[in-house]
Amino acid sequence: MNALLDIAVPSGAACLHCGGAVSAGESYCCNGCRLAHRLVSDLGLDQYYRQRQFDPAQRRPRPEGDLQSSDLSAWVETRDDEATGEQRAHMTMMVDGLHCGACVWLIEQALLRQAGVTSARVSLSTRRLTVSWQPALMTAEQLASLVESLGYRLVPVAQDCLRNRDEVELKSLLRAMAVAGFAAGNLMLLSVSVWSGHGDMAPGTRDLFHWISALIAIPAVGFAGRPFFKSAWNVLRHGRTNMDVPISLAIILAPSISLYETFTGGEQAYFDSAATLLFFLLIGRYLDLRARRLARASAEQLMALGGDAATVIAADGSLRDIPARDLKPGQKALIRTGSRVPADGTIVDGESLLDVSLISGESMPATATMGSQVYAGTLNLTAPLTMKVDKIGEATLLADIRRLMEAAESRRNRFVRLADRVSRYYAPFVHVTALLTFLGWVTIGHLPWQSALLIAIAVLIITCPCALALAVPVVQVVASHRLLKSGILLKSADALERLCEVDTIVLDKTGTLTLGRLELQPGYNPEALAIAAAMAANSKHPLARAIARAGGDVIPAGNVAEIPGKGLEWSSSQGVWRLGSASFTGQADDESSDHVLWLADPSGKAERFHLADPIRPDATEIVAELARIGPVEICSGDRSAPVRHIAELAGIATWHALQMPADKVRRLEELRAAGRRVLMIGDGLNDAPALRAAHVSMAPTSAADISQNAADLLFQGDALRPVALALTVAKASERLMRENLALAVVYNVSAIPLAICGYVTPLVAALAMSTSSILVVLNSLRLNARRSSKRVTEYTAGEAWEKAAPTADKMAQTQRAGL
Amino acid sequence: MTILLYLIPTALVLGGLALTGFLWALKSGQFDDLDGAAQRILFDDPEDNPPKK
Repeated sequence: MNALLDIAVPSGAACLHCGGAVSAGESYCCNGCRLAHRLVSDLGLDQYYRQRQFDPAQRRPRPEGDLQSSDLSAWVETRDDEATGEQRAHMTMMVDGLHCGACVWLIEQALLRQAGVTSARVSLSTRRLTVSWQPALMTAEQLASLVESLGYRLVPVAQDCLRNRDEVELKSLLRAMAVAGFAAGNLMLLSVSVWSGHGDMAPGTRDLFHWISALIAIPAVGFAGRPFFKSAWNVLRHGRTNMDVPISLAIILAPSISLYETFTGGEQAYFDSAATLLFFLLIGRYLDLRARRLARASAEQLMALGGDAATVIAADGSLRDIPARDLKPGQKALIRTGSRVPADGTIVDGESLLDVSLISGESMPATATMGSQVYAGTLNLTAPLTMKVDKIGEATLLADIRRLMEAAESRRNRFVRLADRVSRYYAPFVHVTALLTFLGWVTIGHLPWQSALLIAIAVLIITCPCALALAVPVVQVVASHRLLKSGILLKSADALERLCEVDTIVLDKTGTLTLGRLELQPGYNPEALAIAAAMAANSKHPLARAIARAGGDVIPAGNVAEIPGKGLEWSSSQGVWRLGSASFTGQADDESSDHVLWLADPSGKAERFHLADPIRPDATEIVAELARIGPVEICSGDRSAPVRHIAELAGIATWHALQMPADKVRRLEELRAAGRRVLMIGDGLNDAPALRAAHVSMAPTSAADISQNAADLLFQGDALRPVALALTVAKASERLMRENLALAVVYNVSAIPLAICGYVTPLVAALAMSTSSILVVLNSLRLNARRSSKRVTEYTAGEAWEKAAPTADKMAQTQRAGL
Repeated sequence: MTILLYLIPTALVLGGLALTGFLWALKSGQFDDLDGAAQRILFDDPEDNPPKK
């Protein structure tokens, strides 16, 4: 194996632009990087190289070979600038490959140096680039290709998804919260003076304080209370009631009756109670909305990165990017290397390999040549292809999967969240108690109606659930933060509560129990591997990728030709080396396994590499833990033999092989009919309907986009540990939510008799309210302090990040992008 | 008690200033990209920044 001399050895130096491995004597790993480095120097932005810090979770900023500019006009919005009256074009793109602030700076500065660009802003939290320019001087394509030639990938985003309702609502809640907080603080200042001056204070001064309080409280409550008034009005109009009704009543009645008291020079005013109550409630409301918004934002981001765009080839040969749903049968579309097939169709030009694993679960790629049928959702691996669109939208295989998902979704039982269940009983109780108090004092106690009303308001305030409103959202925030640190992203807001009810677990095989990627098995010749890896680095075939990965950081060998369906051929100085199937390398076909590669030297002597999709390292252990929760079974689309093999390794007795997507859904429905609450864990496109049909579902971050969308939780990394951890955290947080609710209810209910008897002065109300809220928050924070039980040892934050899959940072970013 | 005539307005004005400041910051997008803002400070503005019209 002296051919090792021919293999370029990594020199240990790093490429000046992207930091990747380079051969000895070279400064760049590829021509793209050389050009990018020159571009950065020419722009005078060298500071970038001194200040950047690579984030290992992100792809290197290496410009991709097949940059083709296509028409972006569908994503550009042009309008007249209000100040200058000039035309301005605006475009928003999602940037892939941001490492740190230096990348942000580089992109912004590079764009700002272009003629006509008026503003360029990259948000590191949301990974979005917003650029405005004068359309007369620049085109969107020029700007996009500039950023792409620096080594970033851009995905256009429609403008309107940015101005979504949640964001506006979150901001208005925050504004209301600020106003309520300001009012509460100042009112407390005045109220404390009145309370401490009780008896000593002259009635005139007291009235002055009350008047000032009224001046602050009434506008503040009117402004900050709107979210509650709106929601209360909405349910009342439909003849129903929710917790917002008593809240609205209390925060309207309390200032009104206090105003009356102030007019008549009365002693007690509840201005401060109304404002404080509102402040606490808004905090709860804000946290709750934020959790839901985060869940939705992550789903949106996945969709956007999934790239829903198709490149159409017009009759004159020009390219145009359009949304995939606008494709028409008969159109020709270009499928770039590394992108997904946008519709079902026939290949008319090119030859490549397609990754079909998302559709069939089969890990070997399929060859596509002229005349092959291709399906939407498959991934083009090796070379650009041109296809003719046959079926679109509703007629594609992907649409079939979507239909199955929708059907499964509609049959999924509607889940009533714990807080809603509690408030459903609590709200009428509050109304009735307050009303009875009022009537009781008027009829039996013979009080004037104003005094009776004051007491009834005290009842409303004391029973008002500010602790109840905080009980669930605070736990939710603490739990999702804790899960995120361990590499688990909560996608739907009720996922935690659903997880606690799980009593059956159904797993997919490929990509879920196994890693879903091929790994080189021991028993190979290391020298042969070095050569094979250098050859394999030229190919995108999964077997070649696995060999290249096993070889470490290698320099791709030159003169390597890929023969589709057979293997790779390298013309070295000593002759032709071949890497590929047994027949290609002239070996006897000794076994039926697909996952064997041979490397033949020029003399025909060959070395064997065996690859396999290994089971996740901790699968057996975790399955044993899960089995304590309920029966565990496998539902896989693969053949019986491999499924049985993995089932035996993982220690799972029940398994179903050869399951089509519809079969998986049917199996889950059988289980549900039997009264089981199923946790489904899967990753393939073929699992997506089942993920929706399950009571709750998880997917690894390596899953198909559509499955990541369908799942309630995502986990990252090679271990299955996060599944067990999510269940533990869910159980712990469910317990805390219940404790919190119980605490809040007990606290409020025990104060009710006092309120009914009329002993609750504004001072008592303020004390009762604050202490119950603080108790609830403190109790929720215990989730962080609590160490997991001995059974489920924990993954510390550091460990999780180290083991993180490339998507780790993206997940964290997604999570942060919610705000 | 005339001191109250100064103290109460002072307290309210100070609180009001903080509130206005927060509302301004919220409106002008100061909270939109907290990660980016933390990193942005590390970079100099290039001297030959293109003139912004």
